[in-house]
Order: sequence, then structure tokens, then C-alpha cells
Amino acid sequence: MQSSAAQPSASTELGELTVSVWRGAADGRLESFRVPHRTSQTVLDVVTWIQRHLDPTLTYRFACRVGMCGSCAMMVNGAPRWTCRTHVSRVAKDGHLELRPLRNLPVVKDLAADMTEFFDKWRDAYGRFSPTPTADGDFHRVDPESAERKAASAGIECIGCAVCYAACDVVSWNPDYLGPAALNRAWTLINDVRDADRSGHLAAVADDAGCHACHSQGSCTKHCPNGLNPSMAITGLKKSVLGALLRGDL
Amino acid sequence: MSTLSRVAASRNHPAYWAFLVHRLSGLGLALFLPLHLLVLGLAVERASLDGFLSWTDRPLVKLAETGLVVLLAVHLTGGLRVLALEFLPWSDAQKTRIAIAFGVALAVGLLFLLLAV
Ligand code: SF4
Ligand code: SF4
Ligand code: FES
Repeated sequence: MQSSAAQPSASTELGELTVSVWRGAADGRLESFRVPHRTSQTVLDVVTWIQRHLDPTLTYRFACRVGMCGSCAMMVNGAPRWTCRTHVSRVAKDGHLELRPLRNLPVVKDLAADMTEFFDKWRDAYGRFSPTPTADGDFHRVDPESAERKAASAGIECIGCAVCYAACDVVSWNPDYLGPAALNRAWTLINDVRDADRSGHLAAVADDAGCHACHSQGSCTKHCPNGLNPSMAITGLKKSVLGALLRGDL
Repeated sequence: MSTLSRVAASRNHPAYWAFLVHRLSGLGLALFLPLHLLVLGLAVERASLDGFLSWTDRPLVKLAETGLVVLLAVHLTGGLRVLALEFLPWSDAQKTRIAIAFGVALAVGLLFLLLAV
């Protein structure tokens, strides 16, 4: 048997990481830091270590640290990721990490992106539930096995992290494009039998900046950390919009 | 990290390649089809029909025409893939569909080359 000293413990050091971190606003630059590499270390751990030990002015955002809140997303070696659940050992290239704020959003400072337009687009996509007045009526009967409920359930676990938004080239090309997360939200509402304004939801996503702008590149689906499929939701919207047009409902 | 690896980091997956190939073959067609028609027109004008036919026998011309047929096949099958993606029920076998589109396009191009030689 090996002695326990040879077993890696939670804080075993695996060497050193060089970490390039974006500093400043849009006209900023990369700054390099050396950070001890440990087992089970997440990218968020690395950022926190820099802030606690090397530079307390480093700005970034996080809250839950367990993949629930959607606030910690950044570009890690070029790809958008939730940093609290991304292990360094999976993404570091030759001991190197490059961290930048999320793409397709203005930078506030360092690793914090301005999420305003991302959430404004949820509003523009009419991403709000429209209740049916049922106080005096019967409850809605929702069949969990119906195709509609399955489509809605497939999309409701979105944490609003904007990883998909940062991955999407159409968002970069067309600043008005509502983007994968807002359209995915609209798709869940259109499939929700309790919603009172499903044709209103369709109308909100039917124009140039809506579902038809998507080129089905699928980068949103590829990167969504929660395994959602906005790309599929958007093809669903395209079909529904066309169907509504043919029926004269739009 | 290099600009190229940064650009590739979020785009290196089949659906993105399919998009890229479809876009590039479309651009290629837009560029080369007019050229192809122009050259054909000039060749027919200048030479007798026999001369023209022997001109189309040249390897370089054949290669260029094959390229054009491949572009056409790639763009056509890519377009069919997009139609399938948007109008058929979603299938988790999107990668298979992409592969089929590429395979069919390649087969058409090779068949043309075979018949031309
Ligand atoms: S599938 Fe559409 S929304 Fe998703 S990344 Fe591609 S273009 Fe953007
Ligand atoms: S769809 Fe996925 S990637 Fe996009 S915001 Fe929601 S959880 Fe994040
Ligand atoms: S900190 Fe909440 S999702 Fe990462």
C-alpha cells in the first residue's frame, strides 16, 4: 500500500499556471499572473486566487459557485464557459489560461461584462409569462407527456448565463438579433398551455431580428453549460411562425 | 494564445463547419458561375464548334468544371440539409445529416470527374 503522503490531497499543488487576464474596459489589455495549479481547481477559483493574493482591484462576477445563478461566465481560452464549474485541468493548454469578458457584450471592467442588452432582449422577445385569468375557473390540466409540455420542459432550465449569446456569430453580425437565450425562452412560453398570449409571443420573434436571423450554426447548443438546445428551439419557432403565417394568424 | 485558436475555440464543431461550407460554396458559385459563362461564351465565339470541343478536353478546363460541379453539389446538399433541419422534426442525428450532405456532394463531384475523363 502506498503511504498516505503520496496520495493527492485536496490542496495538492500541480505546478504553476500562467494566466492572462483582461484588464480595463474595451480598450484594455491582457495582464499576466502566475497562480498555483491545484487539483479540482475551477477557473473561478483561479480568478478568486488572483484577486485575494495578487491584485484586489480585479473585477469579476459570481454568486452561487455551483452553476445555479449564471453570473460567472467568461471567455476561457477563446470559448465561453461557466467558470465556477469548469475545471482548470480540462481547459488549460500547456499550463496556460486566457480569460476575457464574455464576447458580444460591452465590457464594464476586467472580466465583468455589461449584461443589460442581453436581458433587454428577453423583454423584447416577450419572454414574460402571460397568465390566463383562471381564478374562478378550473385549473389548467398539463399533461407531462404531451409534445408541447416536453418541448417547454426541455428549455426551462436556462440560468441566463449568456454563454450561448457569447458563442453566437449572428449576434456579432446583427446587434439587433434577439439571440439564442431569449428565443429559447419564447419557445418555452409558446409551448406552455397556461400562457394566454401565445400568438403574441410568436409575433414578437417573427421579424428580422428574431428567429429567422439564425443560421443554425449551433454554437449556442454546443456551449450551453446546462445542455439546453436553443438551436432546436429556434427551428421550432421558425416552423411555428411559418405555420401561423400560412393560417393567417400573424 | 493565437488569434486563430481563439477564433476556432467556440466554432470548431460540425454544425458550424456545415454553415461555413455552405456559405463559402455559395460565395464560390456567385464568383465562378459568371466567369464560367463568360469563358464559355468567349470560347464559342472565337473558335469553331470542333475547336471548342477540343478546348473542353483540356485537363485544366475539366478540373475547373469539376470544381464548379462540386461547389454546386455541396451548396445544393447543404441547402437540403438546412431545409431538413428547419422543416423536419428535430433529430439528434444532425451530425449524420451533415455527413450525408457532404458525402452526397462529394459523390456527385467524383461521378462528374469520372464521366468527364
Ligand atoms: S443556432 Fe442560431 S442562435 Fe444558436 S449560435 Fe447558431 S446562429 Fe446563433
Ligand atoms: S440557454 Fe444555456 S447558455 Fe444560454 S443563457 Fe441559458 S443556460 Fe446559459
Ligand atoms: S457562480 Fe453561479 S453559475 Fe457560476
